[in-house]
Amino acid sequence: MNEFAANHPLLVVALPKIVIVLFVLLTALAYLTWFERKVVAHIQSRWGPYRVGPHGLLQPLADGVKFLFKEDPTPAGADKFVYFLAPFLSLALACTSIAVIPFGPKEFSIFGQSTSLSITNLNIGLLVLFAITSMGVYGVALAGWSSNSKYSLLGGLRSSAQMVSYELSLTMSVVGVILMAGTFNLSDIVKLQQGYHWGIVPRWNVIAAPLPQILGFFLFFTSAIAETNRSPFDLAEAEQELVGGFHTEYSSFKFAMFFMAEYSAMITVSCLATILFFGGWLSPLPDSWVWTHYIPAAAFGLAGLALVIHGVRYLTFFGRIVLPGAGVALCALAFLCTRPGIPELVQGPFWFLMKVAVFIFIYVWLRGTLPRYRYDQLMGFGWKILLPLSILNVVITSLAIVLTQR
Amino acid sequence: MTPQIAVFLVLAAVAVAGAVSLILQHHPIHSALSLIVVMVSIACLYLLQGAEFVAAVQIIVYGGAIMVLFIFVIMLLNAGEEERENLSRLAKFVGVPVGIVFLCESAYWIGHATSQMSQASAESVSTHDLSTLLFREYTFPFELTSFLILIALLGAMVLAKREDTE
Repeated sequence: MNEFAANHPLLVVALPKIVIVLFVLLTALAYLTWFERKVVAHIQSRWGPYRVGPHGLLQPLADGVKFLFKEDPTPAGADKFVYFLAPFLSLALACTSIAVIPFGPKEFSIFGQSTSLSITNLNIGLLVLFAITSMGVYGVALAGWSSNSKYSLLGGLRSSAQMVSYELSLTMSVVGVILMAGTFNLSDIVKLQQGYHWGIVPRWNVIAAPLPQILGFFLFFTSAIAETNRSPFDLAEAEQELVGGFHTEYSSFKFAMFFMAEYSAMITVSCLATILFFGGWLSPLPDSWVWTHYIPAAAFGLAGLALVIHGVRYLTFFGRIVLPGAGVALCALAFLCTRPGIPELVQGPFWFLMKVAVFIFIYVWLRGTLPRYRYDQLMGFGWKILLPLSILNVVITSLAIVLTQR
Repeated sequence: MTPQIAVFLVLAAVAVAGAVSLILQHHPIHSALSLIVVMVSIACLYLLQGAEFVAAVQIIVYGGAIMVLFIFVIMLLNAGEEERENLSRLAKFVGVPVGIVFLCESAYWIGHATSQMSQASAESVSTHDLSTLLFREYTFPFELTSFLILIALLGAMVLAKREDTE
């Protein structure tokens, strides 16, 4: 088996990783919609999906089935090739960008081939992510144009103009981090954030020497929200404004593809924010405190217990089976995380996923809280405030680096 | 037939197919999409040669900015499908033969030249080396180029400015 692995590294190493990551990503996308609906609902003092499965957990499945069975009309006069290409392009690009994200530090070996916890480890990982982001404009622009409808065209033009404008401040706000790290490789950027100031405070880029990248982080996150066309920058696709913007004339599975592409971009940007500014898979507590290695196990155990206790008194019969079942599975996972050798493996991905979850929560929180920007205010904000601030960030970061290296 | 040569052939075929499709398509948007295919395959060819930074920047700049501009213009000007005209007599009897002769001749000379070239080194150029070259040896042309882009930007703004109607 080991010789087979040595001769066919693509098949044995890359393919399983791709399959696993893609599977996890698509499931996470589906449950992100559930999460968003629940959080926005609770912000608005209501419950959100509750009846389709226990606590609405089967709602994404119901939505998926609905999307598959809906009628799929093509508008008259639409350019068929481009009309079919646009959602496919959007989703393909959004899913490809996960390939360069590192989930953890450990090198582990499959059948003798050593590999890391990311699908690829490119020296230009960050640049590839930006390349994919800039290609993502096509999905929106082509969708708007090919639908042969005035709402779509206007929405598509507005969306793509917005995306192109905010790409500038998105890439410039990251230059501070690149200057401090000296590399485009995402794994190396995370590794350079190891260590702790005075033994306790982690050396993440947002609070690192020579210049804490706080301004960079806020600029990055704001530009990213505008880049992914999310509230409060979602004028071009909000129903109250332009019927539906660029995806007005799309229905059923093609609309679902746009939807998935948007959420996938959200996940990618959150991953990028944690890697570049918040230490990626590094733990916030010092590594020398060995008890922190059991935090994943404790978290899973507590969540499992809570699920079991809540689930046995749930309203429906189905819920009374599924929820405690999930709780028991989590407790088993917690027990597994206490076995020797496992905590070090689980540490990295656990902290990474926790931080990504925080950023996704912030995304959804902003959607539920802030009112929408008008389009001219939006463009003015991007060009007149964010871009000069990001250039300023580059200048003062370079100044700080030069002054501290003398 | 090493994997490198196989990948090169595939990418080159895709690039040429994109370029031919660019010319033969009826609708300008389809031509623009074919040009995007050409740009991306050229970026992959750069990557094959080890120029990773140039490949990424090719996609970001050409694929992500310049072609977006082309597509905006085509969309805003509502350029429609072109009507098929038959080739004029000049094109048929002079243009196509001269084109084919020129193609054969350049293929011959390129083949002749590359058979005498030594094998290029397979190491990739890092961004560090590229930026050292750009900011130390070629600083003056670099600054001049940015000046040139600034002049182009100002010229475009002046030309596009609406005149005050009085």
